[in-house]
Amino acid sequence: MATEATTSTTTRGAPAARSYWHITWRRFRGHRLGMVGLCVVAVLFLVAFLSPILANEQPILCRFDGGFYYPAVVDLVHQVPGTSLIIQKQRPYRLATFDFKREFDPERGDWALWTPVRYGPREIAAEPLAGPSGRHWLGTDQSGRDVLSRMVHGTVVSMKVGFLSMGIAVILGLVFGCIAGYAGGIADLVISRFIEVVQCFPAFFLILAVLAWFPPSIENVMIVIGLTRWVGIARFARGEILRIRETDYALAARSLGVRPAQLVLRHLLPNALAPVLVSVTFGIAVSILIEAGLSWLGFGVQPPDASWGTILRSGYENLFTAGHMIPPACVAIFLAVLSFNLVGDTLRDVIDPRLQAERA
Amino acid sequence: MLSYILRRLVTGLVTLFGISVISFFIIQLVPGDPAQIQTSQIADAAVSERVYQQLRELYGLDKPIPVQYANWVGKLVVGDFGSSFHDGRRVSAKIGEALWPTLSVALLSFMLTLIISTPIGIYSALRQGGGFDRSVSTGLYMLYSVPNYVAGMLLILYLGVKWDLLPFRGMRSDGYDEMTTLGQMWDLAQHYVLITFCFTFGNLAYYSRFIRQNLLEVVRQDYIRTARAKGLGERSVVLKHAFTNSLIPLISLIGLTLPFVLGGSVILEYMFNWPGLGRLYFESVLQRDYPTIMALNFITALLVLGITFIADLTYGLVDPRISYEK
Repeated sequence: MATEATTSTTTRGAPAARSYWHITWRRFRGHRLGMVGLCVVAVLFLVAFLSPILANEQPILCRFDGGFYYPAVVDLVHQVPGTSLIIQKQRPYRLATFDFKREFDPERGDWALWTPVRYGPREIAAEPLAGPSGRHWLGTDQSGRDVLSRMVHGTVVSMKVGFLSMGIAVILGLVFGCIAGYAGGIADLVISRFIEVVQCFPAFFLILAVLAWFPPSIENVMIVIGLTRWVGIARFARGEILRIRETDYALAARSLGVRPAQLVLRHLLPNALAPVLVSVTFGIAVSILIEAGLSWLGFGVQPPDASWGTILRSGYENLFTAGHMIPPACVAIFLAVLSFNLVGDTLRDVIDPRLQAERA
Repeated sequence: MLSYILRRLVTGLVTLFGISVISFFIIQLVPGDPAQIQTSQIADAAVSERVYQQLRELYGLDKPIPVQYANWVGKLVVGDFGSSFHDGRRVSAKIGEALWPTLSVALLSFMLTLIISTPIGIYSALRQGGGFDRSVSTGLYMLYSVPNYVAGMLLILYLGVKWDLLPFRGMRSDGYDEMTTLGQMWDLAQHYVLITFCFTFGNLAYYSRFIRQNLLEVVRQDYIRTARAKGLGERSVVLKHAFTNSLIPLISLIGLTLPFVLGGSVILEYMFNWPGLGRLYFESVLQRDYPTIMALNFITALLVLGITFIADLTYGLVDPRISYEK
């Protein structure tokens, strides 16, 4: 099994390479709850990515004053960083003062294909703190913005924070974990002690202490979460590397004269990735949770931008008049956390072939 | 045994030292200090500057950071955490006030967790894979995925506001002092309900699953077969022989969950206006009250280290197979 795993990860694209992940995927599909979780994750991801054409104050496609425009689609393309250099909204849609809904005139032959939710996350669309109605399915917030639209755009924040902060954590964790696990000696001692020190702190204390001194923004939240969560991954990676470096195939590679850096990167690390992936999945759930909590406390996303945490906060501040904002945000946070936990649990079960053999 | 204790104490001290250095420097290195915040309201630039310098001197912020750190440690050795930069009160007094609200909720929730999850764990282990086992574990798993502050918001909204059943702001109602002793107790108890529930429900899944898992492992041991073979009743086998032995790993779990109880309390305490350590920490961070932040960091770390240490020691006491000699 060991040799098979090595070849599978070193020769990219060979049939063997597909097989490990292929087997894992086949096993994963057998777990109903895990698949449900994965579907919810996919839906959340889609909602986040498609948010500009799901909830926008400008239409997907419209005929306006004799011309065709597609402003929401441009917003969608802009989700990919850098594309704003290539494609720009046409005038007058890119002007901040332009209000399409007011200029819209069916008499002139204008028509529009609206997004499912016709309100933008920052658009002041109705009177404040109105309950759910036919026009605003989840009501409006204290500034009269559509809550459903804000929920949709809040998904972007959660997904971004979840994935990017864990991305930072994975990179740091793998680098330090590999150094500690492979180099050993003083490096291992220093890194392991440091990990222990950081783990002694309640993570939330640490994040708060650091964040209090930076201007609150989603980027800072991501960075700080990443900086505090890498230690767990590093510990995981260190343990795996320590285990794998003693295996026969690692010895074989070493005796063939593979240099240390290459040995770690091509032979040890790829085989240590599977358990790391499990902890990353759980980590995403935790990051989403921390972000919402921080935004609730006022350290995360700043108004007028929307996040599930800030929506929850608006509900908290208007408890007696506008409780309608609380349940949707709660459900969204719960679904996100639950689905990532389900995927993580299932991954943990299916990813290790040895566990499977034991159970069979 | 003695050498083990000594070794642990030394490494514990090193860790504590590391924690205090790191938090001290994180706090000091970032821009903006309490003197600046407190003088930002003064309009006259010259006066503002003079007061700023005086405050810096008063707080000792004008000295180099290593000197400040040395001063801090010097005072700490004699058990002095200094005075708060915010209101000038002793930090130890502030923390002393906040300690009981946090600790009482933590203990209460911990006891509840054990009382509820132990029978569930045992019963699920005995009926492994049965209807009860599966439905309860699914239900608890769902609960486990409900973040505690999300549950807190929903409970406040429905039980606190809409149905007006339970209080959710602070520890006492307005007119607490005029109440009879019995009335005061009833009032206090009501205020504890929601926040304690929020701290408890998420742990249920974790603990009951843990107890179930450990029990299942113990049940496979030879001495259980022996107990059954000599004709003991199922009840006695499970409760006396299996369960007591499955408790050992629980000790380390308690040590592991403690930091989360303290850390997770910031949002919940703030939400419930609970005058505990989490809220104190949050407020101190907002006020850049260095001495209070440092003291809280230090005490938390000390508690975590201390409890893990005690957990490891008790581990050896209850399980003679564990040896501390390497």
